[in-house]
Amino acid sequence: MKPAPFTYHRARDLDGTAKLLAELAGSGGEPKIIAGGQSLVAMMNFRLARPDHLVDISGVEGLRGLRTDGEGALHIGALTTHHEVETAPGPLLGPGFAVLRDAMRWVGHLPIRTRGTVGGSLAHADATAEWCLLAVLLDAEMVAHGPAGQRRVAARDFFLGYYSTALEEDEVLTEAVFPRPAPHAALTEFAQRHGDFATVAAAVALDLTPDGGGVRGGRVALGGVDALPVRVPEAEAVLAEGGRAGPALYEAVATAAARAVDPPGDANGSPEYRRGLTRNLVARACEEAVSR
Amino acid sequence: MSEITHQPPDQQLLSLSVNGERHELLAESRRTLVDALRHDLGLTGTHVGCEHGICGACTVLVDGAPARACLMFAAQAEGREIRTVEALGEGPGGRELGDLQRAFTEHHALQCGFCTPGFLMLAEGFLAERPDATKEEIREVVAANLCRCTGYQTIVEAIDDCAARRRASVCEEGSCG
Ligand SMILES: Cc1cc2nc3c(=O)[nH]c(=O)nc-3n(C[C@H](O)[C@H](O)[C@H](O)COP(=O)(O)OP(=O)(O)OC[C@H]3O[C@@H](n4cnc5c(N)ncnc54)[C@H](O)[C@@H]3O)c2cc1C
Ligand code: FES
Ligand code: FES
Repeated sequence: MKPAPFTYHRARDLDGTAKLLAELAGSGGEPKIIAGGQSLVAMMNFRLARPDHLVDISGVEGLRGLRTDGEGALHIGALTTHHEVETAPGPLLGPGFAVLRDAMRWVGHLPIRTRGTVGGSLAHADATAEWCLLAVLLDAEMVAHGPAGQRRVAARDFFLGYYSTALEEDEVLTEAVFPRPAPHAALTEFAQRHGDFATVAAAVALDLTPDGGGVRGGRVALGGVDALPVRVPEAEAVLAEGGRAGPALYEAVATAAARAVDPPGDANGSPEYRRGLTRNLVARACEEAVSR
Repeated sequence: MSEITHQPPDQQLLSLSVNGERHELLAESRRTLVDALRHDLGLTGTHVGCEHGICGACTVLVDGAPARACLMFAAQAEGREIRTVEALGEGPGGRELGDLQRAFTEHHALQCGFCTPGFLMLAEGFLAERPDATKEEIREVVAANLCRCTGYQTIVEAIDDCAARRRASVCEEGSCG
């Protein structure tokens, strides 16, 4: 189908964007930011979304690219595309953030990744989106720019439910900050067809002993088992007890995760099916994370 | 009840660069790039299927990278270099098939041809970035687009063969190894 009519605006800078959004929303309009358009335009073509104003932020300076700061945190500009992360030069991400690059192959397909942006994914907040899962796993902070200035929102406070975030309608997401390197982390998932949104996605970040043979803690996060990506404390408790890296430990973590979740059922899979996926995927993610 | 209003549609005077040529057009803001190409510029080589990013029939190159022309408004294409299947032709006036197109013909990589422009532009953009792509990588990339009659095997073979020939001709020109 064709989208409903709207008025198109080209944003020049952040302050102007926030002001324009506030004005349009304040006068009863339903403005939307457009970045890569890979979620929004599809929804508009279906008329699932009918914004009456689109504010195109693709020309706003300073929202694109990856950089590390003095404290070792990785800053990813909101307009950075999935493909730019996928092809980022090795030294830029280093072993500490390689998990981000490697996770990109799961995001749709090449022609989606060349246009879709990191900020758009986070703001869209699909329950199985890889970026949302990675943000929750690695405690990322989202930087939002509104009429009153900037604020930082931690991932655990950012995602509120299906397609719902803490962003106000006049705020622009400017970057995501991944605070610490996670050299032993991995994301894996299952979808009926490669490139579709995941039915279940699992990501882990492990803390290994210096010789690499033992596990002494870590994080487990899941997408597709709830309205938003979630950490799984029950599985993390097993990791915290520690043990030799190997199938027995991965199985124990995976079993704890599968027991802890209460997944929804839909056309892509029943709750039981998703529980089974959780078990397999968590074990697989642990194995991949250790072998890095 | 919502009020019925008759506002004039929001329009944009656009200047698009398509296949190296500049085009001026007046289009409604909601005009997608694929509709602008087909209806305003008459470039009907680019096809349109699902209009939500799934089928890939509308794939074109935006600044060299494959992208869905149904998920982009024409206004977003301003200032960018668009290439469509019409640019793949060779010879006088581009009337002859280009090497990638010939490879598709030779390998029987099309039947009805509806999906073909999308696959060609996908492959063209991908090979430009990864001229040394393995067959496995090609297989993964073509999963982006749907073909409902040929099957993917011959499409993969056509792209792989074209890539191999391009690599060989670069070597003949002496700029490899
Ligand atoms: C066929 C297909 C398969 C896909 N598969 C996957 C997949 O497997 N995994 C996955 O994660 N995604 C997938 N996607 C979605 C894709 O990753 C999108 O790129 C992403 O969801 C949105 O990014 P965008 O830049 O395109 O945002 P847009 O579509 O432009 O915007 C999406 C939403 O975010 C808001 N927004 C965008 N940028 C900002 C900002 N900076 N500040 C505030 N609000 C903002 C918009 O207002 C809108 O509500 C798929 C898409 C398609 C078409
Ligand atoms: S028409 Fe664009 S992807 Fe199907
Ligand atoms: S050749 Fe008919 S759909 Fe691909």
